[in-house]
Amino acid sequence: MASASVLSPGQVSPEAVKAATPMPDIMPPVKTRKGFIGFLWRNPSIAIGGAIVLLMVLMAVFAPLLFTVDPTALAPARRTREPSAMYWFGTDMLGRDVYSRVIYGARVSLIVGFSVAVLSSIVGLTIGLVSGFVRWADSIVMRVMDGMMSIPPILLAIALMALTRGSVGNVIIAITIAEVPRVSRLVRGVVLSLREQPYVDAAVSCGTRTPVIIWRHILPNTVAPMTVQATYICASAMIVESILSFIGAGTPPIIPSWGNIMAEGRALWQVKPYIVFFPALFLSITVLAVNLLGDGLRDALDPRMAKRI
Amino acid sequence: MALLEVENLQTHFRAPDGINRAVDGVNFHVNAGETVAIVGESGCGKSVTAMSILRLIPEPPGKIAGSIRFNGRDLLKCSDREMRAIRGNEISMIFQEPMTSLNPVLTVGRQIGETLRLHQGMSAQQAEARAVEMLKLVGIPEPERRVREYPHQLSGGMRQRVMIAIALACNPKLLIADEPTTALDVTIQAQILDLMRDLKRTVGAAIVIITHDLGVVAEVAERVIVMYAGRKVEEASVEKLFRNPRHPYTQGLLGSMPKLGSSLTGEETRLQEIPGLVPSLKRKLEGCVFASRCSHTTDLCRKVAPALEEKADGHIAACHYAMKEAVAA
Amino acid sequence: MSQPILEVNDLKKHFPIRAGFFGGVTGHVYAVDGVSFSIEKGETLSLVGESGCGKSTVGKAILRLFDITDGQVVLDGTRIDDMPAGTLRPMRRRMQVVFQDPFSSLNPRMRVRDILAEPIRNFGLAKDAADIERRVAELMDRVRLPRDAVNRWPHEFSGGQRQRICIARALAADPDLIICDEAVSALDVSVKAQIVNLLQDLQKELGLAMLFISHDLAIVEHMTHRVAVMYLGKIVEVAPKRQLFAAPKHPYTEALLSAVPVPEPGAARERIILKGDVPSPIRPPKGCRFHTRCPYAFDRCKQDEPQLRQTEDGHFAACHLHDLPAAENPLAGARGAAVIAHH
Repeated sequence: MASASVLSPGQVSPEAVKAATPMPDIMPPVKTRKGFIGFLWRNPSIAIGGAIVLLMVLMAVFAPLLFTVDPTALAPARRTREPSAMYWFGTDMLGRDVYSRVIYGARVSLIVGFSVAVLSSIVGLTIGLVSGFVRWADSIVMRVMDGMMSIPPILLAIALMALTRGSVGNVIIAITIAEVPRVSRLVRGVVLSLREQPYVDAAVSCGTRTPVIIWRHILPNTVAPMTVQATYICASAMIVESILSFIGAGTPPIIPSWGNIMAEGRALWQVKPYIVFFPALFLSITVLAVNLLGDGLRDALDPRMAKRI
Repeated sequence: MALLEVENLQTHFRAPDGINRAVDGVNFHVNAGETVAIVGESGCGKSVTAMSILRLIPEPPGKIAGSIRFNGRDLLKCSDREMRAIRGNEISMIFQEPMTSLNPVLTVGRQIGETLRLHQGMSAQQAEARAVEMLKLVGIPEPERRVREYPHQLSGGMRQRVMIAIALACNPKLLIADEPTTALDVTIQAQILDLMRDLKRTVGAAIVIITHDLGVVAEVAERVIVMYAGRKVEEASVEKLFRNPRHPYTQGLLGSMPKLGSSLTGEETRLQEIPGLVPSLKRKLEGCVFASRCSHTTDLCRKVAPALEEKADGHIAACHYAMKEAVAA
Repeated sequence: MSQPILEVNDLKKHFPIRAGFFGGVTGHVYAVDGVSFSIEKGETLSLVGESGCGKSTVGKAILRLFDITDGQVVLDGTRIDDMPAGTLRPMRRRMQVVFQDPFSSLNPRMRVRDILAEPIRNFGLAKDAADIERRVAELMDRVRLPRDAVNRWPHEFSGGQRQRICIARALAADPDLIICDEAVSALDVSVKAQIVNLLQDLQKELGLAMLFISHDLAIVEHMTHRVAVMYLGKIVEVAPKRQLFAAPKHPYTEALLSAVPVPEPGAARERIILKGDVPSPIRPPKGCRFHTRCPYAFDRCKQDEPQLRQTEDGHFAACHLHDLPAAENPLAGARGAAVIAHH
């Protein structure tokens, strides 16, 4: 069997050569783009979401340069003006410029969103790693987390805010505490599935100590799902912050935040809808952009993960 | 006229980094009642070929070109509605994973009956009676009881038998089996192969079996098509292919398999290796697709893609150097 | 005879099944239920059987990837199954593993260099960074990968190349024993041959002992010195390769051999097709575990569990048929040739 005798050993004479008919292209060629531009081209949701988020960040940072006035300056004489060339988004019932307030308000939303995302990721990662690796701690920690998850995050945040006085820092802490159970559950799930990976078994056989296994083999592989989860938390934190401010349990009224502006416009909602409209519009766009970024990252980082989250 | 005639089949997929020419110019036919095996390693396009016949390729990102004539009708020109009437009725398919191919919330009887009610307009009672009959045919004990069970109550081998029962329920003319025994243990695989041989006699459908296992090929097929890198490289009757493989790739495949019983005959040799890797299908390949791994490669192979030629009676190979048998012999 | 490199005595691993709110134990999966064997230095022992027979669990138990339920694992004269983690760590160097799936066996976030350096650092096998670098380069040569590939990530390699990296990682620790857990099963035919040849070469060059866990009998026959056949958590037959393939002494082995499809169309073989499926390891059958599917089962098989006994020199089988007079024992002759194929 498989003898070489069925192959002619020498050269084939030119007239005996029969070439296969080449097959045509049935699809237009794919333009491949390399580098960062190519990455954005293939992942439009990252490009669009990222661009809007970046725009919002720049807007918040350079708020004073964007034709704004002092967002807290009261001018009772110019109350509730309609949007005009002078007051782009109009003025509120205390005569403050809504445009300036909305632009400055982005600061609070973004700070709260990003801080909560980072803090709850760190805390959730720690709790998740511990309960994924320490069996006796797992059942206790996870029952506590289950208990916390049975309370809607907003109610939990309101309850926590009721215990303290309103400040941006306290808002961040309250929302972080409310978000931690979800993150730790996710991390624990990821850790448990990573622990079953053959490369972790191989590392154990290679004499790697448990802390090193966590640091080198587990942690780096949680980065992708954590990044995605962090963007969703960021978006959700922005909404929770606005709700807290809207019902007066969040950012103190002296600081303009999108929730505060909407709260103040609430009484005049039917006659002066723009006071509520503009901060709501900005909030929606930002949250949408952050979620879009999250979806894009999820697809780009790991297609298999799309099923898990 | 053959039951199935595939001509110049091309199935390409659009990917972010190029076009994957998964199947690129495949021709073959299947006669009524015949068993043809398509064999090759992962990524050779054998499964894509099977999926293309049933038009189960999502378009986009895929695209199928060429012609697939079944009973004289070009399946690529059929409407979606016409295709639905053909699938599961005239042509049916068995997949590798008996676990995921069955719906976990429907009883076995319902799943067999579904196709019958859909394609042959049977009543629920008729369909159930036929389902019991089918289960008996595929050798499931106590079919009257099993027909009311759910897939999770059955073992892997039983599930594959149910899959076969579903596929055969409408008396198809062509059965496509995509790696039907790969997920099964060897003793269960033996049961299923045995069943398939039996059914061939009793049912008489033509079978296209897609597999990577040359042992399975030798057990069930009459004719074999060897695929490599999206192309057919050799085709012959099963005896000819195994006794006298003509394409270097087929020779390599056979040589790289250890033979059961090697320790008894004392021929303990080193396995033959096919060096290197399968080429990427995202670029157009110049010359012979196997040139980069073949030990006989010459400049000619690298420049000119060899045509499929009949090297002996019914034995086709795409190799410049595969010798032709003397015609007068 | 010198001391075996590995001895496994009456190994048991029962996985508890937990159910309900409080996670109470409602039963056990008897994955491995009393397995004994030994491997000499430089020897390959294959553990074969179908999925769920417990062969992979045996491998993981030897590696102490979990604690065993009962029994002993003795590595070169030292009992390791009850060692505390700290004392065990240096012992781990002597036994390494290659797993089935080349894609999940390598940490996707580590470069090849770091993957190979990990065991060298952990076991202190190198003096300094340059020494590590030299050893890594040597390992790449050994598994026939280009040296400059050490800077690449696992996803840049094909399945066969990844399996070479896994083998290099196992060799990095300079082990005496390598456990190959279905190490070639996921690979394509042509690549499988490359890896099988590589493993055989390495074994000869380095004098490694090997536990080759596989369901592929043809590969096993090609690779191994001795074979142990497992069924439902127990070894039913152990024998030197040639004896086992020429004259299987257990009906399960015989059926297994006859079920392997051989690439020879029209081969005249005697076929034994087993009825039914493997019973659940949660409730293994009483008596001989194989009696529910055995074509030769008689009354005694349903009651008594047969012990593994020597039927001829070095050939052990657990079957009551061997208590019958030779004329009534269907396994007495050389059955292997008949059920495999005729040449």
